[in-house]
Amino acid sequence: MITLKINGLEVEAEEGSTILEAATKVGVKIPTFCHDPRLVPHGSCRICVVELEGGRNLPTACTTPVAEGMNIQTESKEVVETRREILDLILANHPLDCLTCEKSGRCTLQDLCFKYDVKETTHRGAKKCHPIDESNPFYYSDQNKCILCGKCVYVCSQLQGTNAIGFAERGFPTHIATPFNEGLAHSTCVSCGNCVSVCPVGALMPKSKEKFRYWETRTVRTTCSYCGVGCQMDLVVKENSVVGIDPVMAVPNDGLLCVKGKFAFNFINHPNRLKKPLVRKEGKLVEATWEEAYQVIADQINEIKTKDGADAIAGFSSARALTEENYLMQKLMRAVVGTNNVDHCARL
Amino acid sequence: MTNSIGEIIDADAIFITGSNTTESHPVIGAKVKQAINRGAKLIVADPREIELAKDADVFLQIKPGTSIALSNGMAHVILEEGIEDKEYIKANTEEFDKFAKKVKDYTPEKVAEICGVAAEDIRKAARIYGEASKASILYCMGITQHHNGTETVMSLSNLALMTGNLGKESTGLNPLRGQNNVQGACDMGALPNVLTGYQSVVNPEVIEKFEKAWNVKLSSKPGLTIPEAMHGASHGDIKMLYIFGENPMVSDPDTNHVRKALSKTFLVVQDIFLTETAELADVVLPAASFAEKEGTFVNTERRVQRVRKAVEAPGEAKPDWVILMELMNVLGYGKKYHNTEEIFNEIREVTPQYAGITYERIAEVGIQWPCPTEDHPGTKVLHVGKPARGAGLFKAVDYIPSSEENKEEYPYILTTGRNLYQYHTTTMTGKTDGINEKAGECYIEINPSLAEALNIKEGEIVKVTSPRGEIKTKARVSEIVGEKVVFIPFHYAEGANILTNGEELDQYVKIPGLKVTGVNIEKLA
Repeated sequence: MITLKINGLEVEAEEGSTILEAATKVGVKIPTFCHDPRLVPHGSCRICVVELEGGRNLPTACTTPVAEGMNIQTESKEVVETRREILDLILANHPLDCLTCEKSGRCTLQDLCFKYDVKETTHRGAKKCHPIDESNPFYYSDQNKCILCGKCVYVCSQLQGTNAIGFAERGFPTHIATPFNEGLAHSTCVSCGNCVSVCPVGALMPKSKEKFRYWETRTVRTTCSYCGVGCQMDLVVKENSVVGIDPVMAVPNDGLLCVKGKFAFNFINHPNRLKKPLVRKEGKLVEATWEEAYQVIADQINEIKTKDGADAIAGFSSARALTEENYLMQKLMRAVVGTNNVDHCARL
Repeated sequence: MTNSIGEIIDADAIFITGSNTTESHPVIGAKVKQAINRGAKLIVADPREIELAKDADVFLQIKPGTSIALSNGMAHVILEEGIEDKEYIKANTEEFDKFAKKVKDYTPEKVAEICGVAAEDIRKAARIYGEASKASILYCMGITQHHNGTETVMSLSNLALMTGNLGKESTGLNPLRGQNNVQGACDMGALPNVLTGYQSVVNPEVIEKFEKAWNVKLSSKPGLTIPEAMHGASHGDIKMLYIFGENPMVSDPDTNHVRKALSKTFLVVQDIFLTETAELADVVLPAASFAEKEGTFVNTERRVQRVRKAVEAPGEAKPDWVILMELMNVLGYGKKYHNTEEIFNEIREVTPQYAGITYERIAEVGIQWPCPTEDHPGTKVLHVGKPARGAGLFKAVDYIPSSEENKEEYPYILTTGRNLYQYHTTTMTGKTDGINEKAGECYIEINPSLAEALNIKEGEIVKVTSPRGEIKTKARVSEIVGEKVVFIPFHYAEGANILTNGEELDQYVKIPGLKVTGVNIEKLA
């Protein structure tokens, strides 16, 4: 273990860990744009600079390993001034359209400008003017808002393994693009949305059906209802609607989702959902009360049991439903109907 | 899975077969790619040149239904080269000699002929798998949905046993389960031959235990599987079917037969949408979706995880557990549950593997069963030390072709599967516009040489026939499939399952041979 000081506090950290990791462990927050614990640290945004006693300059906390006896200040005057300058430089090329930006309320740039009182840029010059790539049906890429932190590129290459996007051009026109700038729809992109989930600003945004502000929403932790991986996710809920889905950094998915888990949630609030029991009358399915529907089913079960025996009834349970519901279905068939004719779609 | 999802990235070698992992289990697909980036070797055996085939050290584009031959061929090479784990075999297995004798016949040259691949590639695959210190097998329905699906799994199990790739991290035999809670449904005894935790209905002690727990008399006669019940319904033996959260009119083989069966019985369907199956029902019950209820799902690595309510169900829709309980009550079984936790606690009492799992313990991170007591951490890897049954049993199995093959009238082999965008019968995914933009309609993948021979061009509508029926669908001319093999995703109504065979079932578990169907293809005039 290595002993160092962070903001005057003596801290123990594992050898090989970074200043950022040591600080996070003791609850000291250092701002980041480009950092993601799953990625190889690349220190490209510089916002995590800290002051190191005796150091020549301000090192980035996300890439600098801890060393014995280090004395670190994370919010010193020099650190704050440097962070303000970094934000000033970012804002030189970032639209100040927080009034209408969908990311507002969940934007790291907005939060840090608020924290460090950076209202506008002091630098004047050319502005980026990239066309918005709306070719993907699930999300769009607005490179005018991109701060080039690179997280999307590295998540796509290091974690998702798709390599659909990369840095294009150099210097001022640098932006994130698909090969030959052909657009997301014409790339190898599999629409997993893992880049969207890590974007700290409004450059990569889901195409939402519903207009909402993040401060109007709450999140509910749950398990994805598609394949058997069991990805952990947060449903983003506004009033009685699910308006978005975020991956959770936990087993088994470690912050990843796929196109279905991330974007295919419109069925939940879909107008075609069944809302009332239906009973067939004169050949047609017509709305009925629950009592009536239950009675029709119970009468059938009792009649068949008397006439043909319980084994003339079969139940198909559901690999889509809860564990508890599968338990009740087999209990209904075995304990109440009286047959082992219960199966589910495992074979199909 | 014998092992866990997180262990995949530390494997030295991964053998993926009958699983289009990046499309059917995309997040596991991403983990496989991370493993490759860390240096893992990859073997892919599949009738289609799936995305991961491009990353593979060896890709074996096998003819559908020939996996047993391939496994036996790999085993042959492993023994020939002496790279089997002799110590593990000696200490932990049974009937090795019988197995070794069997695979002696499966020379790489012979297997190459059966599978339609190069003998040298079989040798290469065997060496990669046999020499790795930690090798993991990932498989899916491409292995199981065959007339001999159980034996196909056994053939893979032989490979794991002979190389000692069992009971250690990053190894094992890992079926990737297709649906969010297929594991939980199996664990709960939603199967005709077992109660919860795989307790057999023919065991009198088990029946006695459950009779006591539930305070009723129980039948010890094993019930019918879905294909058998469907058959029973079409013959008039099954008078009533109660189906919930399932759409057999799209997902089950031989749709015309399914329609006939469902039309003959009194049909109750409980679902969130009016599915193709619900349209045929006599009673339809509106259910809550996963976002509208509390409870648990169990994932493919046996992890019991929480599901939480985020929104209210629409209209009068109710959670399935409430519907099932209320129906039980109407039928005279008075047990009341106030929430799913009460049901879960009842499950714990009768299911040893679940006894130690509580809602409180899985509030943050799920627990993998077996978890016998509340201080047990759960089980990441099965068969540690020794296989659970005491000794790993080798099974000498032979490759037997499906009866669907080599029919003059139906000269091409249809195989089925998923695509990335749609899920199962599209009931849920089909409600998102972007998904339909990407994969809104049925199609058939045809190799360019076959397309040329039949004068079929990209995007043309073709007629595909089998003894069960015919469909018209759009041609996608693609080298992803071999010359005589075609692929149709099973997501779409009036699609692949019009053609598939619902009669030829695996002798042990009654799974239909959905992955091999003899078909004919014609260009429409």
